Amino acid sequence: MQTYQSAQLDALGDATRRAIVERLLDGPQSVGALARRLPVSRPAVSQHLRVLKQARLVSDAAAGTQRIYALDPAGFETLRSYLDRFWDGALAAFQQEVERTQPRKRR
Amino acid sequence: MTPERIAHPDPTLSAPAIAPVRKTIRVHADVAHAFDVFTAGIDRWWPRSHHIGQSPMTRIIVEPHAGGRCYSEQEDGTECDWGSVLAWEPPHRVVLAWRITSQWRFEPELARSSEVEVRFTPEGDGMTRVDLEHRHLERHGPGADRMRAGVDAPGGWGSLLELFVAEAAR
Repeated sequence: MQTYQSAQLDALGDATRRAIVERLLDGPQSVGALARRLPVSRPAVSQHLRVLKQARLVSDAAAGTQRIYALDPAGFETLRSYLDRFWDGALAAFQQEVERTQPRKRR
Repeated sequence: MTPERIAHPDPTLSAPAIAPVRKTIRVHADVAHAFDVFTAGIDRWWPRSHHIGQSPMTRIIVEPHAGGRCYSEQEDGTECDWGSVLAWEPPHRVVLAWRITSQWRFEPELARSSEVEVRFTPEGDGMTRVDLEHRHLERHGPGADRMRAGVDAPGGWGSLLELFVAEAAR
C-alpha cells in the first residue's frame, strides 16, 4: 500500500506527466494525440505513459492499430480511501454529540 | 484554453466512475434532533483539523436552506467556502456539494464537485438510522489538473496523495 502510494506521488512529481494526466481528463487519447498537444516528442510521451501506468494512474486498451490511454479508476482510490476514513471518524463524533445532547423524554 | 478543451468541456463524461462511500450508523436520538445536530450543530462535532483555510478554523457553518453556503471561519478573520446546500429537507434529508479540490481549495465549479447525501430515518424506540452517501467522486479527477498549483505552492497544503501517504505511514 505504502509503496503503491509513493509510486503515484513520484509519478506525479514530474511536470510533463502531470500535463499528460491533465490532457486525459478531457477523455481517452492515443499517444499521437497526446504528443500533438504537448511540447515533447512521441517517444517521450510513451515513456511517461509507462511510468503513469506502473503507478496505476493511467490504463491502456487496444483500439484497432493503436493504443488508447485513459485515466485509471485505481488512481482515484486514494481519494476514496481518505473520504472513507474521514466519514468514519466524523460520524463517530457526530453520534457521540447527538446522543450527548438528545433530550430525555421518557424514563 | 485550447480548442481540444472546448471540444470536451465536461470531465464527467470521460472520467471513470468510482464507487460512492456509503456509511450507516444508528443513533439513540429522534430524527429531528439528529438532523439538527448534523446541520445546525455541525460545529460541535466536525473534526477541527478538517478545513481548507490558511489559519486554524474557529467555526464551521451550514446555512439552513437550499442554495446555502457551507463555510468555515478562520482565526485570521477570513471565511472559507467548502460546499453548498443542494437539497434541504428537514428532518429527513440534506444534500451537500463537496466543493473541495484535491489541493484543499474551494472548487468553484459544481460539475467538478462531489455530493454528500445524508438521510435520517426513524427506526422506532427513539432510534434514528443515518445513511450517508458521498458520491460522484470521479468529478474531482485525480487532482492532477490542480496539482501544479498545490504541489508547487510554497506552504501549500500538499496533495491529497501526500496527506494519505503521511497518514498511512503512521
